[in-house]
Amino acid sequence: MFDFNLIIKSLPMLLQASVWTVIYSLSSVAIGFCIGTLMCAAGLSASRLGRGVAAFYVSFFRGVPLLVQLLISYYCLPLIGVNVPSSVAAVGTLALCTGAYIAEILRGGFLGIPHGLVEAARMVGLSRAQILTRIEVPLAVRFTLPSLVNETTMMVKASSLISVVGVLELTRLAQNIATSTFQPLEIYLTAGAIYFVINGVITLAGRFAESRFRLETAR
Amino acid sequence: MSFNPAILTDNWREILDGMVLTILIWVAGTAIGLAIGLAVAVIQLFTNRWLAAPLAFYVAVMRGTPFLIQLFVIYYGGPFFGLDLTPMVAGTAGLALYGGAYFSEIFRAGFLSVPPGQIEAARMMGIGRLDIVRHVQLPQMLVIILPALANMTVLLSKETAVLSVITVNELTSVVQSIGSTTFAFAETLLFLALVYWAFLEIVTAAARRLEKRVGRFMLRTQS
Repeated sequence: MFDFNLIIKSLPMLLQASVWTVIYSLSSVAIGFCIGTLMCAAGLSASRLGRGVAAFYVSFFRGVPLLVQLLISYYCLPLIGVNVPSSVAAVGTLALCTGAYIAEILRGGFLGIPHGLVEAARMVGLSRAQILTRIEVPLAVRFTLPSLVNETTMMVKASSLISVVGVLELTRLAQNIATSTFQPLEIYLTAGAIYFVINGVITLAGRFAESRFRLETAR
Repeated sequence: MSFNPAILTDNWREILDGMVLTILIWVAGTAIGLAIGLAVAVIQLFTNRWLAAPLAFYVAVMRGTPFLIQLFVIYYGGPFFGLDLTPMVAGTAGLALYGGAYFSEIFRAGFLSVPPGQIEAARMMGIGRLDIVRHVQLPQMLVIILPALANMTVLLSKETAVLSVITVNELTSVVQSIGSTTFAFAETLLFLALVYWAFLEIVTAAARRLEKRVGRFMLRTQS
């Protein structure tokens, strides 16, 4: 029999764990966004070294499965003397991975910025960093918002993989409950439903943000 | 930190087996996923909404939940429905169902990209609905959606690594277990990353070449 009581009983615990899922995935997107912006700027810069580093970074982190990246950070960081909690290592890895995708997304946005705008900003006397943070990034984000929101939902899903390296979040807790109750179907379906709702909320928030930005440009 | 590559050469047989299995699962999962995706897109676009609505739900669920959870539901939840699948069958099915949802969206966009005038013209000439799909829509849209299909196929090859969690003996699982029995984590895991990286680069380059070849006639007609 499908056990609805078990779902009701374990729902509070699962919801609590899903808070960690949200924290881990959103913070890795936030850090990844900074990394991605820098790498994107480096990739479009005149410096040969910058372009090389950015190309290498994007190619590596998009070319290796996230699970393998997580295993490397989990097992190999202690070998080189870096002893951080597994959650920190996991979020760092998620951030590096999403940073590579965000760099590629932002590239399109950066290339869409009218050249005259940047020139004008330079004429007005803004520094390179100011141009980046005040003009280029806001515009690039606005151009690429749907892709960035999509990448965020991808990261919520990808964060389930950090359960493999022993970080407690929604998937890990679901595994724990499933193995102790021997009723995996109910628990995993519930966990899946929670992920589905989280991503639904993020998608709706993204649509709202998009419509707001569109109003602003129309005005 | 000592670095001993001999651990890899000593176990080359298992590693090779793992690679072969990874590629087999990837190819099978992609092929079945493409079939699912095409079927879902055709049903959604050309039949009634009583068939389309459940499929839309399937696509939304597969795209909105983690692949790992989907695998858990199929592999650990399967016995509830009397589906006692081996890890490999469950993994391949999971990959196909996951990929199928994404492929269906790509195919849908493709079908919508063929001008409706052509379909009307074909219908006027008395060509059947399925023949229109096969001979008018598919050939044209495949060129347009090829980059997206190739992209998704490449993504699926990375997802195969997740199957190691449900104990499929593919590359990640094999190399990881060599690592944990010999404690040679650095050698094994870095090697693993390099293999995937090289594989992904090769597959991506092949996809770009294919796109160029197939897209050649479009460039010609444009110029």
